[in-house]
Amino acid sequence: MTAEPMLRVRDLGVNFATSQGEVQAVSGVSFDVRAGECLAVVGESGSGKTQVLMGCLGLLAANGMARGSALFAGRELIGATERALNQVRGTGIGLLSQDPLSSLTPHLRIETLLIEGLVDRGLATRAEARERALQALAEVDIPEPAARLRQYPHELSGGMRQRVALAAALMCAPRLLFADEPTTALDVSVQARVLELLAGVRDRGLGVLIITHDLGVVAGLADRVAVMYAGRIVETATTDELFSAPRHPYTRALLAAVPRLQGDAQARLVGIAGDPPQPSARPPGCAFAPRCERAVAACGESRPELTQCAGRSQVGASDDEASLSLAARGVPITAVACHRPLRAAAEIV
Amino acid sequence: MVEAVPAGAHRQSLWSDAWQRLQRSRAAILAASLLLLVCALALVGPWLSAYTVAQVDWTQATLATPPSFANGHWFGTDANGRDLFVRVWIGTRMSLLVAVLATIVSVVIGVAWGATAGYLGGRADGWMMRFVDVLYALPYMFFVIILTVVFGRSLVLIFLAIGAVGWLTMARIVRGQALALRQREFVEAAIALGLSPATIIARHVVPNLLGTVIVYATLTVPQVILFESFLSFLGLGVQEPLTSLGRLVAEGALEMESSPWLLLVPSAVLALVLLCLNFLGDGLRDALDPRQRR
Repeated sequence: MTAEPMLRVRDLGVNFATSQGEVQAVSGVSFDVRAGECLAVVGESGSGKTQVLMGCLGLLAANGMARGSALFAGRELIGATERALNQVRGTGIGLLSQDPLSSLTPHLRIETLLIEGLVDRGLATRAEARERALQALAEVDIPEPAARLRQYPHELSGGMRQRVALAAALMCAPRLLFADEPTTALDVSVQARVLELLAGVRDRGLGVLIITHDLGVVAGLADRVAVMYAGRIVETATTDELFSAPRHPYTRALLAAVPRLQGDAQARLVGIAGDPPQPSARPPGCAFAPRCERAVAACGESRPELTQCAGRSQVGASDDEASLSLAARGVPITAVACHRPLRAAAEIV
Repeated sequence: MVEAVPAGAHRQSLWSDAWQRLQRSRAAILAASLLLLVCALALVGPWLSAYTVAQVDWTQATLATPPSFANGHWFGTDANGRDLFVRVWIGTRMSLLVAVLATIVSVVIGVAWGATAGYLGGRADGWMMRFVDVLYALPYMFFVIILTVVFGRSLVLIFLAIGAVGWLTMARIVRGQALALRQREFVEAAIALGLSPATIIARHVVPNLLGTVIVYATLTVPQVILFESFLSFLGLGVQEPLTSLGRLVAEGALEMESSPWLLLVPSAVLALVLLCLNFLGDGLRDALDPRQRR
């Protein structure tokens, strides 16, 4: 692991021109992804998490516009030409999308889907690419890879399709993998398998940026988490820090809303009252203020900036190794955008 | 969750699936068989007769003899004493040839233009489709007439002229489909893989709209045959001694009262071909898009 981030996103914004005027889907988003590290972006539907990925890869819808900066290996992705982006797509950054049923072109054989990235770029001959494809299928635990190459996507099960999609995303040996809700469309048992494979990808030294609304996925896989609400990052922390000491009221409410196996089976599930604001009508202050239990008048007036605070490990409240090693390399352990964050680390001690 | 088909199991591609469904449609199969028969006759028919296309039979008492098995003129002879059986199949051959070639021209141009416009979207799409609109606005009958007057009448020109007019609708249909396909996740996945737009159009977009294209093409063929017949009827089409179904109908119409077979026989063949193509097109549409079946 190097301290130098592989992907460095600063102040990323995504706007959409709609009939009701300009809509800000994402604004002021900054994060880093390092090699061998998995960053999870969590948020509910419509919080703009997918648009962050799409903005970085130049895949926004025609009415979308990305601002800010996204440096991948020293190359600026925002505002880059299609030609420049095509040098990064596939070979630099692989994309694993949500629905394996619709992300594989239905009339093409698995073989074509796997080898086209390599062959079209002239990176390998058909035979070499085929060898790589067999290897890639074996790596994602597909039985009888040689026979699978001749099959069509609809002949595979959902979990198998997602593994094939993962193999396809990794064929051109990218250094970073974007996974957009990779487990949402899958059975729970299959989800676990896909997550294991993603963990394997990270352990091979690739950076992984995973988008999810499933906190279970985050807990099992991610090294760091960024929580998004209404197009902004409201809290970012190491996974251990986030789960044990959430700072933002929204993060805490999210964690509280997760159903638990232990405890009172009759207990009602806790939800978050109200709805997220429409992107076109976000409040001037903190976007979460109208739903927040701790909100005061100031919350509705000015928007809190993301500020670093001392992590539990930094004040000696935790000896989480991952957090300590990140802190040693100067990576912020936790940062929160809230006027009245929950207990600061010092108070926990 | 969908069960996986075992790796070694029989694979059924889209096409074999569609073929099976087509076989179940009796009307389409009957139409296809009749069409094949007509094509076969158009190819070998002229050799079955003892006469040739331009040969005048002076041995008969009158020039326009009614159909008869005794003298070998199975469909009779025309006003110039030429054997109608031979002329009908030569005419069918010419009509089908014009139709198929013009359809190919319009499919190639239409698919390439429409898929590119639909995939690129935005401003490029706007300009490309406005160009189509402008061509649509030209009265194409005049367009073809001017072409034939300026460049003289030739077969190649007829193919080109009809094809050049026919691709407009094809481009619109394909563009609409491509526009919808562009939003699909697998196209996004292909872009995210860094493939070039040309590759994505050719490999991921066009094969997905071939079903529509095939169906529309089978429905274009009869249109082209009718259009060629219309041109020939006006005297702008195929030249003597060659003939086409449209020409034969036009000549037959002149002798309608004295020799009705001259009108009836080519009209019957023309109607049969058009009917069969329409039935086949319907059958193909149902087979390739099972969702639209009644």
